[in-house]
Amino acid sequence: MIEARNISKHFGKLKVLDNISVKFEEGKTNLIIGQSGSGKTVFLKCLIGLFDPEEGEVIYDDIIFNKLNFSAKKEIRKKIGMMFQGGALFDSATVEENILYPLNMFTKMSYEEKLDRVNFCLNRVNIINANHLYPSEISGGMKKRVALARAMAVKPEYLFCDEPNSGLDPKTAIVIDNLIKEITEEFHITTIVNTHDMNSVMEIGAMVIFIYEGKKYWEGTNNEILHTDNKELNEFVFANNLAKQVKKFH
Amino acid sequence: MNVFFHIGRYFMLLFKVFAKPEKKKVYYKQFMIEIQNIGINSIGIVVIISTFIGAVITLQTAYNTENPFLPKYLIGLGCRDSLILEFSSTMIALILAGKVGSSIASELGTMRVTEQIDALEIMGVNSASFLILPKILAAVIFNPLLTMISISVGVFGGWLAVLATGVVSSEDFIYGIQYAFIPFYITYAMIKTVFFAFIITSVSSYHGYFVSGGSLEVGKSSTRAVVYSSIVILLFNVILTQLLLS
Repeated sequence: MIEARNISKHFGKLKVLDNISVKFEEGKTNLIIGQSGSGKTVFLKCLIGLFDPEEGEVIYDDIIFNKLNFSAKKEIRKKIGMMFQGGALFDSATVEENILYPLNMFTKMSYEEKLDRVNFCLNRVNIINANHLYPSEISGGMKKRVALARAMAVKPEYLFCDEPNSGLDPKTAIVIDNLIKEITEEFHITTIVNTHDMNSVMEIGAMVIFIYEGKKYWEGTNNEILHTDNKELNEFVFANNLAKQVKKFH
Repeated sequence: MNVFFHIGRYFMLLFKVFAKPEKKKVYYKQFMIEIQNIGINSIGIVVIISTFIGAVITLQTAYNTENPFLPKYLIGLGCRDSLILEFSSTMIALILAGKVGSSIASELGTMRVTEQIDALEIMGVNSASFLILPKILAAVIFNPLLTMISISVGVFGGWLAVLATGVVSSEDFIYGIQYAFIPFYITYAMIKTVFFAFIITSVSSYHGYFVSGGSLEVGKSSTRAVVYSSIVILLFNVILTQLLLS
């Protein structure tokens, strides 16, 4: 179970996160939504320990994660998979080496076992015959899928995705969304996804948190989002003409 | 105050870099890659520059010492000592600061802005140690070899210039390069090389590791890495010379 309690984060005098508290639903896809610059990525990075919040606590299974030292954090990080916005694949390593990396760091598996795991993960995200290609040789959509394969390599209990379908065409974006949802359900992972894509919200968002100017403004399910009277959330959700038409129809 | 901030952060980074490595096998692989990138790939430029500089030092010494009372073998001696004392350690370090330093800063800077360093941290890797320690060790171990190559090739370049121009006889030049040889000069050059190798890799890594922003900042960090590495090298050149030769 992941919980954030009263998280606040400053960069200099700028307050980026202001007293955010949330309990994420276990074994489901939790979405953090908000417009660019609202603090979603900073919040996600606080949750995984890349930023230390000045105030508040990040709790994994009753352990206060942000108060732990590096080696104690490493134990929790063994349970975390992270898919970064741009994939963050290592340029100098092949697809296979990228996925082997967390296995080398976290497991004592034999090389053959690791290779089996790599191929299983790649097959799961529908990538074949790309083991020996470098990140520069594959498409944006493939990079995201390899990043997802790398994130799931160590059989994580928690999967974090930062804008997994940004920069992708709508069809590929749906493929990535569906993969995240399927993997979450199949392996009973608690997944937290940062996005500003309303299609993702409607497709995969079991629980949705809306962040606006560093504060949590709203929390609910993807069905409730269409009927909320929260002004800021409505402005975000129904920003484009298509969404406005949908709202009229509803 | 800004200077103290950077000095403090630099030493904090070094503290992280020299933390005990966890997966030594992975570090060893990385170390061998850096030996290739930082060391072996620099041999070419060191050989080319040292050959020509050796030749130029020889010619300049010859054309500026036309006094008949000065023995001709001093040209060889001048070439040898110039290379050992200053060129092959300091000048090569400045050249490597440009070649290796900018490469390190842009590599780490790109990894930072594309979140590859964050990805390492998430995997529980001490990214500073994993990325920077092999670079420092590779340079500290391999650069003395580069200096030795530079000295040897430089003297050879001087001899080629002698053969090509006849400014001094080959015998006089060879006698000069063996005359009044002080072995401590080699030790002095090696000590300087080790310090400079550490400066190049650590200062450049510092500038790359803490990049924030995009490609423009990566470019700027690369430039800063070269400038600050060069300044620190020159500063330590004075300090080490005073300490070792006084």
